[in-house]
Amino acid sequence: MKLGTYIIKRIFLMVIVMLGVATIVFFITRVIPADPVGAILGGNAPIERVDEMRHQLGLDKPITLQFIDYIKGIVHADFGISLKSNRPVLKDIINYFPATIELAIASMIFAVVVGVVLGVYSAIYRNKPIDHFSRIFSILGVSMPVFWLGLLLLLLFYYHLDLLPGGGRNSLFIFSPRITGLLLLDSIIAGDWIAFWDGLSHIILPAFVLGYASAASIARIMRASMLDILRQDFIRTAKSKGLSKRVVIYRHALKNALIPVVTIIGLSFGSLLSGAVLTETIFSWPGLGRYIVNALLVLDYPAVTGGTLFIAFVYSLANLVVDISYAALDPRMRV
Amino acid sequence: MLNTVKNIGQKEKIKLFLEQRKPIIEDWKHTYYLWKSTPLAMIGTVIIFIFLTIAIFAPLLTSYSPTEQFMEERLLSPSSQHIFGTDQYGRDIFSRVVYGARVEVWIIFIVSIISVMIGIIVGITAGYFGGAVDEILMRITDMFLAFPRLILAMVLTAVLGPNLTNTMIAISLVDWTVYARLGRAEAMKVKSQPYIEAIRAVGAKDLRIIAFHVLPMSISPVIVQLTLRMGTIILTAAGLGFLGLGAQPPTPEWGAIVSDGRNYLVNQWWISTFPGMAIAFVVLGFNLLGDGIRDILDPRLRR
Amino acid sequence: MQKVRGDLLNISKLKVVFYTYRGIIKALNGVELWMNKGERLGIVGETGCGKSVTALSIMGLIEQPGEIMEGDILFGDKLLTSMQETSLINIRGKEISMIFQEPNAALNPVMKVGFQIAESISKVKNKKIGKEVYVEVRRMLEIAGLDWERTINLYPHELSGGMAQRVMIAMALSSNPKLLIADEPTSALDVTIQAQILELLDELVKKFGNAVILITHNMGVAAEFCDKMAVMYAGNMVEYARTTNIFENPHHPYTRGLLKAVPKIGRTDELQSIPGIVPDLVNPPSGCRFHPRCKHAMDICRKDFPPLVEIKSDHYVACYLYGKEDIQNANS
Repeated sequence: MKLGTYIIKRIFLMVIVMLGVATIVFFITRVIPADPVGAILGGNAPIERVDEMRHQLGLDKPITLQFIDYIKGIVHADFGISLKSNRPVLKDIINYFPATIELAIASMIFAVVVGVVLGVYSAIYRNKPIDHFSRIFSILGVSMPVFWLGLLLLLLFYYHLDLLPGGGRNSLFIFSPRITGLLLLDSIIAGDWIAFWDGLSHIILPAFVLGYASAASIARIMRASMLDILRQDFIRTAKSKGLSKRVVIYRHALKNALIPVVTIIGLSFGSLLSGAVLTETIFSWPGLGRYIVNALLVLDYPAVTGGTLFIAFVYSLANLVVDISYAALDPRMRV
Repeated sequence: MLNTVKNIGQKEKIKLFLEQRKPIIEDWKHTYYLWKSTPLAMIGTVIIFIFLTIAIFAPLLTSYSPTEQFMEERLLSPSSQHIFGTDQYGRDIFSRVVYGARVEVWIIFIVSIISVMIGIIVGITAGYFGGAVDEILMRITDMFLAFPRLILAMVLTAVLGPNLTNTMIAISLVDWTVYARLGRAEAMKVKSQPYIEAIRAVGAKDLRIIAFHVLPMSISPVIVQLTLRMGTIILTAAGLGFLGLGAQPPTPEWGAIVSDGRNYLVNQWWISTFPGMAIAFVVLGFNLLGDGIRDILDPRLRR
Repeated sequence: MQKVRGDLLNISKLKVVFYTYRGIIKALNGVELWMNKGERLGIVGETGCGKSVTALSIMGLIEQPGEIMEGDILFGDKLLTSMQETSLINIRGKEISMIFQEPNAALNPVMKVGFQIAESISKVKNKKIGKEVYVEVRRMLEIAGLDWERTINLYPHELSGGMAQRVMIAMALSSNPKLLIADEPTSALDVTIQAQILELLDELVKKFGNAVILITHNMGVAAEFCDKMAVMYAGNMVEYARTTNIFENPHHPYTRGLLKAVPKIGRTDELQSIPGIVPDLVNPPSGCRFHPRCKHAMDICRKDFPPLVEIKSDHYVACYLYGKEDIQNANS
């Protein structure tokens, strides 16, 4: 089976890229900063304190040795101790990541459903009201800054209408069970419906804000792809067979039109992770994006390194999955 | 050939010149026609024109300084005096937004130049020489693409030191990959043309072929892509500014101004709202123009 | 009311336009066409003369930005041009089937070919796609000269052009339609494969007795396959006759020109092309659309379009050079 070879090749490639990613991160965090410790502690720190921190960060070793230690650490998933929280960075990541992935998944679901539906109807009813609506929706979605939209919606739905909570993953006195770390999933598993509804009301706004831009770009691609497919010869064949419009569109056109959209979903995941940084900041969402930003603001190098590497890893993994499903979806790819 | 040109009069020369360029002129006319019949592209052009005009004539549009603080006039709501109101330091928001346009134009300009330069050099080298060079350069490009854009840019600015210059450097270091791929594709296309074979046969050097044949061919796709990316550049810069990892106060960068107003959102909504609106407006302009260009270049429409 | 000249299909005064940014393309300019049950009609003409548009009009598949402006298409006793989409669906694929020029592109790339044939059969027999339908799929593949075991689970990109066209034929004939429209069915194939496909069509149509419209720009293919031929030029039917009559006694200057451009073994006279180019259908020539290229053009040709007149039994021409009496008869 050729698909198997493709997958192995693709995984091999990902390992190489991840090594490169690690090198880039090393370069950024260890080679570029001239005096990282000075920047962290300020100019007047006592010399012993500076030396102590240099030792703690491993900066007293030659750079090649630092690199070897660094790679070794990554292979063992050991990113060092966070300067700020004084805990292993890996523990922090495990702690914060579920919130991010839950938000990303919720946004993705929203983006794919809205994007695909709008794109398909936009193409079928080209130049009709639904198409105009969808195009305006899309162009606004890719134009509005995520953080600004978030702030305005917060102002409207939280401060003025008081319909939705103002931030965080759950309310103060509602404790949800922790099994997978995905709050909504956990509360379903535990059958805790109060926690579930509470979590849901918290995630609606951030998921919408984060997913809107992706929904917009998916709708755009979906529309273009669908229009392209509807012009193809095989659609004419399907019609000439006397198939109903519904069957022609949903059975013959949609599957073909979705193939390029799958790639966009992979790329959207990258902008979702980028956007998550902003969304998490606005909605006080305790996720990895906010963790990295906070680490960056105080130059907590181990946390920055670990968090960035982890995000890049997740993104690459998502693209791997997307590429493989692309290959699986399109029979032409399997030759 | 030279003689015949010499012997004819000035008028004929001009006529001949126009005659020879007729296809190009026709093409431009056609492009203009398509642009005119694409209203969205026109709206986009108008928005960008307004944006540039505001940036150029900023001092004429407002009498307030964008950075000077007037504590006795702090947090004033929009009025005829301050049409967008004032912030917590008594600075006129309208003036900050207007001068902010200059900052954004500057960012777009610098980022475009740096990222196109890096990207084109990497891309053309990879595409023209192929083989191992191509493989290595493209894997490096993949490595940069493995990061979500904003996250890489934000780590870079934080480490370099958050300020306007480093913001521009960081965004360029993230954005060059786009042009690398474009340049590579173009170089590969040109390289395989028969006339390049012919030029090489008469002894042209690689550098000469790249400079006079490959580079000119890459210009127009790069410019198109550049227009499409400008909106994203603003959004990234504003995102960094908002997080406090980009341009620092008192620089009137739009994202940073939105961030200034965050804590006053409930009672002084105007501080965050207007600069955000400016971002959305300008990015919308670039997106509309980009969409229009895409439509105009669509061969199906062009036929 | 138009007279009914064929007992299967009657097209009268068919006008089709396409709206584009360049202007309105007047693709069909009052086409007249008719045929009888079991007959084989060839439609010939240069690219862009309206052959395919005529076929799509019969199928009811003229869509935005195209539109049927006027004219009737009578199929049996059904007036297709006034039927709703919901009832047209029951004619397409059931009573009229169609095969296309690019067989590989005409099949859905993400579906197995067996399923695509099954879809047709399930529609005609009104049965859910299942075992029973697939028995029929196998039978059709065999009839089309394919090894069903080898082909039924293949995707279109795994088929050669010839095999894909066989699949298309299997699909089109699975309903045993009254009329099969073949739009340039062999043009995209290798010469040797062309002959095979044509033979297969010939054999099957003989067996099932379907009427066929064969659209082609290749006079040779039409001569071999068709009983009658219709010559089209720039959106009009200009000559209609038995194939032998077209070849032995062509009347319209355009038909003559076409025949002079066909290479033949043993031909001694010089091969000639028709001077001029196919007219721009946004701004078509006035009167007879052929007049700018016609060396016999008269004043009247520039003013009015010549009506189609029967100059001999079963031989119609639209040209002012012929049958003046008939024109007068037609006008009075």
